[in-house]
Amino acid sequence: MFAFSKEAEEKIEKILKKYPEERKRSALLPLLTLVQRQERHVNPDAMREIGRRLDLSPAYVQSVCSFYTMYSSKPVGKYLILFCVNISCQLNGCDVLLAHTAKKLNIEIGGTTNDMKFSLHREECLAACSGGPMMRINDTFYENLTAAKIDQILDSLD
Amino acid sequence: MTQILFHNINKKNLHTLEVYEKEGGYKGLKKAFAKEPGEIVEMVKASGLRGRGGAGFPTGLKWSFLAKDVFPRYLCCNADESEPGTCKDRELLQKNPHLLLEGMILCSYACKIETGYIYLRGEFYDLCEIMEGAIEEAYAKGYLGQNILGSGFNLDIHTHLGAGAYICGEESALLNSLEGGRGEPRMKPPFPAVQGLYEKPTVINNVETLCVVPFIVNNGPEKHAALGTEKSKGTKLVSVSGHVKKPGNYEIELGTPVREIIYDLAGGIRDDNQLKAYIPGGSSVPMVTADLVDTPYDYESLQAIGTMLGSGALIVIDDTVNIVETALRLTSFYMHESCGKCTPCREGTRWMWQLLQQIHTGKGQPEFVEKLEDICDNMSFKCFCPLGDAAVAPVISSIQKFRADYDELIAKLKADTAV
Ligand SMILES: Cc1cc2nc3c(=O)[nH]c(=O)nc-3n(C[C@H](O)[C@H](O)[C@H](O)COP(=O)(O)O)c2cc1C
Ligand code: SF4
Ligand code: FES
Repeated sequence: MFAFSKEAEEKIEKILKKYPEERKRSALLPLLTLVQRQERHVNPDAMREIGRRLDLSPAYVQSVCSFYTMYSSKPVGKYLILFCVNISCQLNGCDVLLAHTAKKLNIEIGGTTNDMKFSLHREECLAACSGGPMMRINDTFYENLTAAKIDQILDSLD
Repeated sequence: MTQILFHNINKKNLHTLEVYEKEGGYKGLKKAFAKEPGEIVEMVKASGLRGRGGAGFPTGLKWSFLAKDVFPRYLCCNADESEPGTCKDRELLQKNPHLLLEGMILCSYACKIETGYIYLRGEFYDLCEIMEGAIEEAYAKGYLGQNILGSGFNLDIHTHLGAGAYICGEESALLNSLEGGRGEPRMKPPFPAVQGLYEKPTVINNVETLCVVPFIVNNGPEKHAALGTEKSKGTKLVSVSGHVKKPGNYEIELGTPVREIIYDLAGGIRDDNQLKAYIPGGSSVPMVTADLVDTPYDYESLQAIGTMLGSGALIVIDDTVNIVETALRLTSFYMHESCGKCTPCREGTRWMWQLLQQIHTGKGQPEFVEKLEDICDNMSFKCFCPLGDAAVAPVISSIQKFRADYDELIAKLKADTAV
């Protein structure tokens, strides 16, 4: 069974106040985001719970959820690495660094380490183009990457 | 160079209300409240400000299109910033959140709006927290909420996070997303000014656009109109990225030659290589060749050379690059971000990607280039929303201007198979 944490419940109360009462469907993305952050994925149980609170059918919640890339159906690692491969980062050599990162973590791009510590995803532009190559780990942006810098960052996370 | 957005951007703790006020912040409110709302709209019109999100639509004119006497009305600030190459709004949000709030308050007063949302891309979670901190400070100081500074004007501002979809930067898709739906574009008309959020009249403006408004109210529209060129007034934040020595966001006066931006501000091409191409306004605008580097950076001059100012992202490419790789990377992006609603875009981006991928990996046939041109032709102006045309831009411009790069890869294949 899925249940929101106490902190999440407090946030939900605030979130619902942002939108007109009869438009509470607007809270759908914020609630899905809370689930993703709490469980590191969004499962059907959670979708049902959200649907119950916002008066939406599970099928509707599912169809919206599947549209957005930041919601995953399978759990992602404790540290989710989003590695930008778009144009500005590519011009500055992100491909080699992405391969380096995958090798260091010994996983495929798109995969998760067995201990569930790291997931590594290829990502489109993250609006840090003048600092490329760059990656985002959970909520933090790391810019002007080099192989040495990546090693240092990954080694510092526990 | 005159700066109106970045003159104090690196001031320590500018993101706090205290420092922002010391820098003269929120002075615009009293000035505005002494005037009728309609006068503020006229000021913004007279300033010549055009939208900085991509389309360059005159801001004051947009505000004057709101359906008459229909309330409530909404303001949506577009902080989705996902056009490849663009990273200027992120710097504004991070370092100067109160400037955006002041701009939003002024816009809301001018347009008689009582609720505003800031739609931030989902990956801006950290910036959302900064923004929420600033909103809280503004409420505490009476700049937001009921009866602001005794004016009788009420305004609430809320943040709203997206969840990873480039198309949600398109204004009607943004509205669907904000209403809790899939981020698919809407049919226009009706335009958001008539039926936007919750079917009510809605203003949608980019972060940078709204951040310019306090300058106009504080200094008068003439001061803004005195900057820039005949048709491009004011300044522009340019995100310079790619093969330059000093990539970064630079505020330039519109009309500054591209050469000056690349070679003076951004320090020139890395390793002192030669400039091969540049993309002046983000991935959705046509690329141009190095010989056009003396073009003034403004709406009309860039249009005259067949491209656009777009979001102000100047992507610089040196002569070590085969342009097919650039076109391939951008096409992969558009394929990934196509929302799938209409066929030419959904299928066209995939076909283009397949052809480019084959050319890039040495499996291209001579007729592939013609096929690409054909697909571009079938997509141009035939897609439901502008993303389809955006996807065409890098492909068709790369073929027209760098055909030799395609031929080189295809000829290599011929030579290889001949052996
Ligand atoms: C595919 C697509 C993506 C867009 N992405 C953004 C964006 O990330 N930020 C933005 O401000 N405008 C974006 N726009 C432009 C918006 O639709 C809209 O024109 C703009 O937010 C209006 O604000 P402005 O008049 O202040 O520029 C995008 C447009 C399209 C077609
Ligand atoms: S052009 Fe592309 S993004 Fe726009 S509606 Fe059609 S499929 Fe969706
Ligand atoms: S291209 Fe990598 S952050 Fe924009």
